[in-house]
Amino acid sequence: MSSSQQPPLSPQPASELQQPKEHYLNATYGIRSWLLTTDHKRIAILYLISVTFFFFVGGIFASLIRIHLLTPSGYLVTPETYNKLFTMHGVAMIFFFLIPSIPAVLGNFLIPIMIGAKDLAFPKINLLSWYIYLVGGAFVLYSFATGGLDTGWTFYTPLSSIYSNSAVTPAVIGIFINGFSSILTGLNFIITVHTMRAPGMTWFRLPLFVWSHYATSLIFILGTPVIAITLLLAGLERMFHLGFFNPAYGGDPILFQHLFWFYSHPAVYIMILPAMGVISEIIPTFARKPIFGYDFIAASSIGIAVIGFIVWAHHMFLTGQSTYSALAFSFLTFLVAVPSAVKVFNWTSTLYKGSISFDTPMLYGLGFIGLFTIGGLTGLFLACLGLDIHLHDTYFVVAHFHYIMVGGAIMGYLGGIHFWWPKITGRLYPEYLARIAAITLFVGFNLTFFPQFILGYLGMPRRYHNYPPEYQVLNVMSTAGASILALGYLLPMIYLTWSMRYGKVAGKNPWPSTGLEWATDSPPLTENFRETPVVDWEPYDFLHRPELGLLGAVSKKPVPAHGDD
Amino acid sequence: MQSELPLYPEQASNFAPQVDGLVLFMIAVCAFFAVVICAAVIYFFFRYQRKHPDEVGVPIHGDMRLEIAWIVLPFFLLMAMFGWGAAIYVDYRHTPNDTLDITVIGKQWMWKLQQPDGRREINELHVPVNRNVRLIMASEDVIHDFSVPAFRVKMDVVPGHYNTMWFRPNKPGRYHFFCSQYCGTNHAVMGGWVTVMEQDDYAKWLSRTTGSEDPIAVGQKLYSDLACATCHQPDGKGRGPSYNGMYGSHVKLADGSTVVADDGYIRESILEPNAKIVAGYQPVMPSFQGQVTEDQIAALTAYIKALKEQAPPGKPGAAESATGKK
Repeated sequence: MSSSQQPPLSPQPASELQQPKEHYLNATYGIRSWLLTTDHKRIAILYLISVTFFFFVGGIFASLIRIHLLTPSGYLVTPETYNKLFTMHGVAMIFFFLIPSIPAVLGNFLIPIMIGAKDLAFPKINLLSWYIYLVGGAFVLYSFATGGLDTGWTFYTPLSSIYSNSAVTPAVIGIFINGFSSILTGLNFIITVHTMRAPGMTWFRLPLFVWSHYATSLIFILGTPVIAITLLLAGLERMFHLGFFNPAYGGDPILFQHLFWFYSHPAVYIMILPAMGVISEIIPTFARKPIFGYDFIAASSIGIAVIGFIVWAHHMFLTGQSTYSALAFSFLTFLVAVPSAVKVFNWTSTLYKGSISFDTPMLYGLGFIGLFTIGGLTGLFLACLGLDIHLHDTYFVVAHFHYIMVGGAIMGYLGGIHFWWPKITGRLYPEYLARIAAITLFVGFNLTFFPQFILGYLGMPRRYHNYPPEYQVLNVMSTAGASILALGYLLPMIYLTWSMRYGKVAGKNPWPSTGLEWATDSPPLTENFRETPVVDWEPYDFLHRPELGLLGAVSKKPVPAHGDD
Repeated sequence: MQSELPLYPEQASNFAPQVDGLVLFMIAVCAFFAVVICAAVIYFFFRYQRKHPDEVGVPIHGDMRLEIAWIVLPFFLLMAMFGWGAAIYVDYRHTPNDTLDITVIGKQWMWKLQQPDGRREINELHVPVNRNVRLIMASEDVIHDFSVPAFRVKMDVVPGHYNTMWFRPNKPGRYHFFCSQYCGTNHAVMGGWVTVMEQDDYAKWLSRTTGSEDPIAVGQKLYSDLACATCHQPDGKGRGPSYNGMYGSHVKLADGSTVVADDGYIRESILEPNAKIVAGYQPVMPSFQGQVTEDQIAALTAYIKALKEQAPPGKPGAAESATGKK
């Protein structure tokens, strides 16, 4: 690992760089100008602050869980508290961090700029989404503060609807409300991409980040209403003893699982698809060549979103569902592996004959490929009916979805934050510190979660506040990894905050990269572009873009380009 | 157990070698792809490092033959995995005819199991080796899951449904069973042991009565076997009161009256737990009527009597060791 280059590998002489005089951050001042803003970039910053808050709330719960599991008899807290910790960890992380993280922060900031628009189609609705998120978040925090809830983030009935004595109702209301935030964001993205692309920005010139967000938005608007109504029914059963899911009232607990996973399995793709979009931007940029198989990566996003809707009952192979139903859902689940594999193969091939640098975002990108590959492949073990009999509800499942959610989604999120940080703030972070953080996260992550695969195969069930002593060695390894991981998460918090004031000025296009977002100022103007850009280049084309200042770039005769709509 | 760091649980049923064989196949295929991808990433990463800050890569846009290859080839491998897994699952869901049927009732947070001859057990299951065993399972409250890692089997236990599962134990020994579906506060202690016995031993066990051992030791064993400690924790913070220092004392009840904790009170509390509720606790204890013999009640009483020497909760010196837990 020896790079003689000064990061970032910028073709622009540093002396030329200075912050633009006017940009979205200094256009107006004061708290009102933020809380009442309709600028998609400022709303993205509001989301950035709020999801980071929930990430740390969820992270504190995770740390307590790992400390508690150091010894077989439990180290720290009572069983009740432990159950609340893992439930609140899941609720905070999934509903209030992972689902909104990339779409509402990076998607919000970048989609209009990437397609050459001034804002999203409905700027006020965009702000409304954030307020809805806050109201939902407030209900959930109220639930945490008034005793917490102990149902597991899956809210399985009749435990959640009847038997749990914890603050389930406010949490359910909070998640119900928060769903509308997702729906509105999804709606906004879809309409924006359809109607507001700049001249020349055809569908197949869209950055893959936009394709993956389009697919994500489809799931947002089609799936979220189902979780909303499901949790509403569970809440009604809890409050008014209406019989939906509790057999004592004539309901069926398995019905809840069908409804719950009809949303919550596609929700996994809500979390991972945007991260795949981020990786599809990072890899061509730092390999300096067009992405391999653009059409296949774009189509696989839609494929994942569509097939992802018809695999939900693979969470229920052992509930007593019919054998035939299990066979069908197992088959479909294996099928969804194909588009995921297509992405991985194409990303890897993109590196072939590239000009590869290892700037921080690229480290996250490559780490993502490795971790997502492991996460995806271990998903096959669980899709496989014969193995699921043994692995279902063990730590193998915990390890698998953390490889996808943390190794995939959070690595993608952090990679994206680092990649676009110069665009968002106009400044660069300290590169070496950032590389150290990325490597720390990779090592800590693997040490935390790889032992859990073995724990799961040995049979240790999930959600256990104590465990037989033979599982201790692996649990200690996992906890050790978690402490490294925690350090890895604190580092970016510190240096990114520091860089907002003291970082080097980034300039328009520090990497450089090919997207429209890099053709405007850093940070951009409130209206993103001084004049509507006209796109006359293919995506990820470094060769015909002399303005990037790269060697070997050939000038292309400007083609008068008009959009296809 | 096997070694300090075992990589797979013991194989003690007909399903264990099948599942382990499939998992080895899956690991081989998946490790192959993971290694190929990681090796390619690492190789490209070093082979095509940027030599000059203004350098660009070779513009390759894709290759249709490769795309088709990596769609079709994985598809067939996936179908092989699907087929193999489906074969095991179909076998698992199709119970043979000649089974020994055991009734399993899950409730927060204990398992009640009943042998075909009516003999009841709590958190313990005795089965003969090399016989097909079927568990017929129901839940009294929330969803539980009966899981035996050494047998590589599990099945949810769902209120309002009867679920069944079967296995053929093939190695005598004692194996953990767990509740694998999160079911509330004491989910993690809702487990026990499956004892696989030689068929003769099993027959003897079925007809055996309690031996003439030290009643306190027998009581202590029963206390642990019946999972009394799940609720009756020594510090009094469980769902039931502590036994430490209780015997012979005046116990305050929920209705305001007081009772002396003597043998009769203890017996009544085991068989009719809701008759006298200790102040500060909820009437949640299940009846053990029909599940403990008179001998066993006597042994339990002897054990509780022995605990009167322990300091009651809230006073210094409350010992945990006497409960046999921890």
